Amino acid sequence: MSISYLSFSYLQASILLILSIRGLASPETARRGNILGIIGMALAILITLYSPLVSEYKWVLLMIVLGGIIGTISALKVKMTSLPQMIAAFNGLGGLSSVFIAAAEIISGAQTYLETSLGMLIGAVAFSGSLIAFAKLQGLMPAKAITFPGQQFLNLLLAIGVLASATLFILNGNPDIFYILAGLSIILGLLLVLPIGGADMPVVISILNAYSGWAAVGIGFALNNVLLIIIGSIVGASGAILSYIMVKAMNRSLKNVMLGGFGIAKNKTAQADKEEKVAHSGTPEDAAFIMENANKVIIVPGYGMAVAQAQHILKEMAVDLKEKYDVEVKFAIHPVAGRMPGHMNVLLAEANVPYDDVFEMDDINREFATADVAYVIGANDVTNPQAKTNPDSPIYGMPILEVEKAKTVFFVKRSLATGYSGVDNPLFYAPNTVMLYGDAKKVTEEIVRSLEKN
Amino acid sequence: MDIWTLLTIFTLACFVGYFVVWGVTPALHSPLMSVSNAISGIVIVGALITAGISEMNTPKILGLIAVFLAAINIFGGFAVSHRMLLMFKKKKAEKK
Repeated sequence: MSISYLSFSYLQASILLILSIRGLASPETARRGNILGIIGMALAILITLYSPLVSEYKWVLLMIVLGGIIGTISALKVKMTSLPQMIAAFNGLGGLSSVFIAAAEIISGAQTYLETSLGMLIGAVAFSGSLIAFAKLQGLMPAKAITFPGQQFLNLLLAIGVLASATLFILNGNPDIFYILAGLSIILGLLLVLPIGGADMPVVISILNAYSGWAAVGIGFALNNVLLIIIGSIVGASGAILSYIMVKAMNRSLKNVMLGGFGIAKNKTAQADKEEKVAHSGTPEDAAFIMENANKVIIVPGYGMAVAQAQHILKEMAVDLKEKYDVEVKFAIHPVAGRMPGHMNVLLAEANVPYDDVFEMDDINREFATADVAYVIGANDVTNPQAKTNPDSPIYGMPILEVEKAKTVFFVKRSLATGYSGVDNPLFYAPNTVMLYGDAKKVTEEIVRSLEKN
Repeated sequence: MDIWTLLTIFTLACFVGYFVVWGVTPALHSPLMSVSNAISGIVIVGALITAGISEMNTPKILGLIAVFLAAINIFGGFAVSHRMLLMFKKKKAEKK
């Protein structure tokens, strides 16, 4: 890297790519940020191609074009509901790319054993972990936590195996050990994500995101490339912070999530005294009547809204309430609602809900006390008051949306079944709660029909 | 470049990442994931260097595969981000 124009261009590319993240500070600047990111990436690629580091173009360009076409087409074709798995898939490919680079380096006789094996190891875990995450989100395998006896022991054994083979490889640089390390890392990634399911997916996706960044850092150290180190660190930091936010929003530790904690605590507390309690149910017409006479309605969407694709009809409901009945309508979003960070925000944005009407938990929680109606659609655990009241509950301490403070709470739900945590929600049986049984979309459609009738 | 220079750059980059990412509004956490996912495709630079050698051998083939994968990651990541951000934009225009 003695060529100064190369270093200078890498510096420019770094700045542009950092600005692409910086742009996400507000929705107004976000799109410009994305374009800066694209320019930065294009600059990095072009200057590398132009530099003496690359001396063959035919195959290289063919690969870029092929990958570009496949990536663009799949990104443009994917439905917005499939976004989490799409991101998981892209993430996995980035990780796998690091694995191949590391392997190529080792075969061509690079001496940077430590850096290369770190890049490879993290990339491999990111790849195979993303593979499982993708399969779970896509419904190719059961989304729930898959556990079997001795699983944690097996993972521990694998982790030791990875560490041992990495150490051995760093000491003697034998390529055979490198391949063993690669194999073990891939299996480790598979097994790490297997016991994590459902509502913990936002954490997993964030962690895998971080890994693909750290893998790039490893490769950057191996290749002496400043650009990879800088951008890899930014991505790593982004994934790490997102996982931290997600884990904190569930009041759990990272260890607890990684070990699939909810499954274990489940049977102890749930369903203790379910029989005695009776839930009130209502019809969509009742709900429509109460909401049109309300002053303030807060809508709480959850993963169920995403599954039922209810965001568009939900927006219609909000517009009807606002325009025909002059009701104040706000949306409240829990940080871990959905299957990836910010999932609900994207879906509501897709349905054209103005983002000024969408509030994060901390900003809206005190408003439930002054709301006439809380309309909970497809969310459960994130509203469960047991998180505040019952120290024995597995979700105790998790910050929740305090919907129980609203005058009336409508729960749109298929049944009284528990949420992902397996914890019964006492809110279903509260005197001010009305259950609206049925598909989130159908129920909301009927409400809209009643709202538009008169 | 010596290892301490690289470590210095690495450490400072982590700080930059820390502050920039905390500045991201929670509403845009999904686009954050897809943008950071796209820019993690920066490994393509490493892949290009590996694949850029003139003789066709195993490392070159591995490098080419890496270029291909990273290219999917980059193009796909930016395209998905663009689609997502477009939705956040459109809504604002409609509001007035």
